[in-house]
Amino acid sequence: MAKKNDWVRIHRNVLTADQRTGKLPEDTKQVPFEMWVKGHLMNDAAEIGDKVTVTTIVGREEHGTLIEVNPCYTLNYGEFVPEILTIDKQLRAKLFGGN
Amino acid sequence: MIVDRSYQAVTGRMSEIIEKAMGVDYKKYESGSIAFDYERMMNDTGYTLEDVIRIQQGVNVGNTPVFELHNLTKLARMCAKPGKGARIFIKDEASNPAGSFKERRAATSVYHAKRMGYKGVIAATSGNYGAAVASQAAMQGLKCIIVQECYDSKGVGQPEIVEKARKCEALGAEVLQLSVGPELFYETLMMLEDTGYFNASLYSAFGVSGVETLGWELGHQFLEKYGKHPDVVVCANAGGGNLTGTARGLIKANCPAKVVAASVDLSGLSMASDQQFNRKSFTTAHTGFGVPYATDPDHSDVPRSAARPLRYMDRYVTVKQGEVFYITEALANLEGMEKGPAGNTSLAAAFSLAQEMDEDQIIVAQETEYTGAGKHLQPQLSFARRNGIELLLGDPADEIPGTNIIFPSRPELLRAQDADLDHMKYSLIRRQIRGVETLTDSDIEYLAQEVRASRAYVLKAIEEIKGAVK
Repeated sequence: MAKKNDWVRIHRNVLTADQRTGKLPEDTKQVPFEMWVKGHLMNDAAEIGDKVTVTTIVGREEHGTLIEVNPCYTLNYGEFVPEILTIDKQLRAKLFGGN
Repeated sequence: MIVDRSYQAVTGRMSEIIEKAMGVDYKKYESGSIAFDYERMMNDTGYTLEDVIRIQQGVNVGNTPVFELHNLTKLARMCAKPGKGARIFIKDEASNPAGSFKERRAATSVYHAKRMGYKGVIAATSGNYGAAVASQAAMQGLKCIIVQECYDSKGVGQPEIVEKARKCEALGAEVLQLSVGPELFYETLMMLEDTGYFNASLYSAFGVSGVETLGWELGHQFLEKYGKHPDVVVCANAGGGNLTGTARGLIKANCPAKVVAASVDLSGLSMASDQQFNRKSFTTAHTGFGVPYATDPDHSDVPRSAARPLRYMDRYVTVKQGEVFYITEALANLEGMEKGPAGNTSLAAAFSLAQEMDEDQIIVAQETEYTGAGKHLQPQLSFARRNGIELLLGDPADEIPGTNIIFPSRPELLRAQDADLDHMKYSLIRRQIRGVETLTDSDIEYLAQEVRASRAYVLKAIEEIKGAVK
């Protein structure tokens, strides 16, 4: 549940698949053109999935479906890729010797 | 008054929206035929190179250091024939406030926007330019909206672009994220129309002239520090502004260095494909932008692009994704510098090209970029593996974009490949003359400048193209 002024993230389809332009690969033509943006909730209260309006950080109004409250950054360094170590070891051995 | 916001209506209003959002009337540079007055457009910014230097200094942009990479040079010499292996340098553009050379492009645009009384700036970019504009807007007190292509239809974001969004937001910008497709341009036009903000286009004369300082600095730094000019400057090439601006700056500094374009080879992948969007590990500096923008510079977000790389490049090479990741790892392990992979595209090429050059010559990779979660080879490779891309050690020449990433199993296997520059020049000429009955004398001259060739070259090309059509 989100309340007025909460920092939220919304989603909206800007164009449906059939409204999209002609010069597109077949796979892209099949899907809508979507948008995500963050802002302060203008509705008094809302649940995830509700149609809402927000004010973005620059003061623009946007509308869409509420998908997240206090949206977080989930990016990280991923699962370790051990091949990198093979490269590192080889480079160091080549330049500085093996031991 | 109700404004029609349909796709057709908005894109139909493009020229008036852009004119209002930039204060530039592009029509005045047109000849009515193919030719347009490129130099007049570049000079019409109202800012000389000295002005741009002053503006950038005022916002802590530019004057970045050059570093000699002694160990990478040594490694290149171990791979090269005796007597070969030029000294390899990088220009540490990551030391700009927002972490890339793109801030040079942003500084002039944002400065101009502020001077013209705009309340904010908008840029359509998924790359470092977003952070650069956001940083400059923060410094100069303007509002900022970054419009980026970020997600596929499953809502999966490219890690590098997700990181760019985070950074832009950290710098106070609004980030409007979109799914895959060229309609990003339509959305950007609507934003410009709604807000009345300045269009801080990557392709404006303000932006590209901002990069001239990079070439200018190279032209002076080497003379002052090493007593000679660099022999080759390698520029990563996507939209062409980096190479164009750098080359123009080198010319203004009377530096005779050859200018080489380098792009990551993503041949076979469609840039507008929803399903292929997350099958690439580089979101910029790749052939998917580099080649189409070089051969058709004006398909950008301004009527006439200031980025016209075929006017300035001596050579165009491609490197594989696996090779750029490899050199990124080499830079960390042999030089102690951890930088973003995309910014090392020119370094991968330089490592290979250095081996063709004599030991007393100098080659410069003219940028680095910041790194961090998402924008680092570890998350990019992990993301690739999750998307079914095979990671292998072997010969990068066998790499198939979207299927595998092949790291060189030996440094000797890192080999930049020459792209067919004549093919690109012909492609540009073919596009420009399409549907034109008679070409004027100034059209021929213009085309010669566009492809950096003689009039005879252009006339021969036209004859062959028309012959092939018949």
